[in-house]
Amino acid sequence: MAACRRIFSVSSHILSKLRNQSINIPWQSRTMVTGSCIDPALGLTDEQKQIQQLAADFACNEMFPHMAEWDQKEIFPVDTMREAAKLGFGAVYCSEKYGGTGLTRLDASIIFEALSHGCCSTTAYISIHNMCAWMVDEFGTEELKQRWIPCLAAMDKFASYCLTEPGSGSDAASLVTSAKKDGSDYVLNGAKAFISGAGETDVYLVMCRTGGAGPKGISCVMVEKDTPGLSFGKKEKKVGWNSHPCRIVSFDDCRVPQSNLLGSEGQGFNIAMRGLNGGRVNVASCSLGAAQASIEQARDHLKVRKQFGSLLADFQYLQFRLAEMSTKVVTSRLLVRKAAQALQENSPDAVALCSMAKLFVTEECFQVCNDAMQMFGGYGYLKDYPVQQYVRDTRVHCILEGTNEMMRMLVSRDVLKER
Amino acid sequence: MSGLRVLVGCKRVIDYAVKIRVRPDKMGVVTDGVKHSMNPFDEIAIEEAVRLKEKKLASEVIAVSCGPPQCQETLRTAMAMGADKSIHVEIDLATYEKMSPLHVAKLLSKIAQDNKVDLILLGKQAIDGDCNQTGQMTAALLDWPQATCASSIEKTNGDIKVVKEVDGGLETVKVKLPAVVTTDLRLNEPRYATLPNIMKAKKKPMEKKKPVDYGVDIDPRQKVVSVEDPPTREAGQKLDNVQDLVTKLKEQGLLTS
Repeated sequence: MAACRRIFSVSSHILSKLRNQSINIPWQSRTMVTGSCIDPALGLTDEQKQIQQLAADFACNEMFPHMAEWDQKEIFPVDTMREAAKLGFGAVYCSEKYGGTGLTRLDASIIFEALSHGCCSTTAYISIHNMCAWMVDEFGTEELKQRWIPCLAAMDKFASYCLTEPGSGSDAASLVTSAKKDGSDYVLNGAKAFISGAGETDVYLVMCRTGGAGPKGISCVMVEKDTPGLSFGKKEKKVGWNSHPCRIVSFDDCRVPQSNLLGSEGQGFNIAMRGLNGGRVNVASCSLGAAQASIEQARDHLKVRKQFGSLLADFQYLQFRLAEMSTKVVTSRLLVRKAAQALQENSPDAVALCSMAKLFVTEECFQVCNDAMQMFGGYGYLKDYPVQQYVRDTRVHCILEGTNEMMRMLVSRDVLKER
Repeated sequence: MSGLRVLVGCKRVIDYAVKIRVRPDKMGVVTDGVKHSMNPFDEIAIEEAVRLKEKKLASEVIAVSCGPPQCQETLRTAMAMGADKSIHVEIDLATYEKMSPLHVAKLLSKIAQDNKVDLILLGKQAIDGDCNQTGQMTAALLDWPQATCASSIEKTNGDIKVVKEVDGGLETVKVKLPAVVTTDLRLNEPRYATLPNIMKAKKKPMEKKKPVDYGVDIDPRQKVVSVEDPPTREAGQKLDNVQDLVTKLKEQGLLTS
């Protein structure tokens, strides 16, 4: 599909080289791993392969050429994301009733893995947006769904997920942002930290305290941008994830109608955690895609670069390293897809599996990206080469959507439980 | 006036980005486990047909592919891009590898007649064979007019106006329907299929046929003797002036004095 687009972009690349325009991105070679043990299409049905090919083509043609620029200039690529939304990537696992694409968690994992080749950071934001859309789809009233799902699916409006606060990260249930009833409104006071998309997105899903202490006092409320009392801190400067902004979000007597409540009062923590289960599979999928891209690029480099009179690919150490990296990628892929399947089927082990997948895959795939960078030698450290961006973008996956330490807690809790 | 019925040929070929390798038996290229996709010119043909449908000039778009079962992937892609139905003419791999454009042309002309087609859109050539013959042969078999290497197609009252890319530039021809048109690179930029369309394509009909159903004999008329890599490029020579060049050319017998 869209083989033609690639031929067009191939010929325009040649043309601009001929015109001596300097392009910072190296020659975009289309690596062929079809039929090898690291082929991401292995084990997929024909329909899943078509979906994967669509995402891969979109990533290759529309995202990869801009990945470095989005990172260096900190551009939030609204137009490209809206193009992605036109293909159905805006609300992948929301029901078709209000405009979602109606696919499964496994399809979403395949999609985000493929899109990450094009830009890991942007794909990660797209997955956060998808997570928020799902939360509305699953817990919203009919009015809220009718109002929000169509524009979220088309990415006419963008969403942010607000749980973390300056004082509560891993200890999320101790959050203090309050929402007090006043007439037919909630009045929010407090602040959220590290919010992806903040300042540029249109709607914020805010976990806030409507009741007593602990998780049972937390509710989830939708706050639209430009609501009086909603303000943002400065745009944070990050090591990676630079294609979407990150800011503190402040609520000062911020008034929202009570009809903006998702689910029921006291259900907010549960909604947040259920959203995160999917978010964890998604972020693991992004790490996986970045690792796959890194390993493909490193492989190509090994076949071209010579030292000591031989191709790097002929040195046993590097062959063995590549084999280890490949094994990590394939095991990660198996685990992520299994977790996605378990989540789709609502299996009893879904939460633990999603945590395991997030823990294992983000760690292993970051290592793979890092190892790939090492294989490039000095070149790998230059921003002209994409591999350093995959390294920087995947580093944060070990930290957010639940630190990997919290993932360990969730898994051990499941294993130690009396049965 | 009812819309045109359009037949589009879609060939499953080795993806353009793959490094082609000759088989050890030197009788062909390696295709096992190699990435395949729809011939890029055929993607353009499907896109053009779907655009004709969107402009309400075409009423039905039928995609057709001849070959082994894997061709069905190509047809599903065509339906995901907007074709209404597809026809898979199943041919086993061994026979398929020995097929030539004339066989395909015979099949396409029978399919066109059976399905009362008004316009056949084909890619100008396939990127594996590079024959650039199928469209022309199909038109000859049907005794239909042909317009090859199209860079634009316009419908005008029962005729179509086609701008062809020729060596000398652009040639505009007026073609009476029914006709065969083959597509060139600059005709359009094919769309991405959308996820909903990929899912809907599963429900679109795919007819399974065999060459005997059309009474076409696809026994090979040619025998491949060998397939070899092109010779490895040798170093050239840098010369100082034109006189040296002339001397060297004379030495090699390439100039009649």
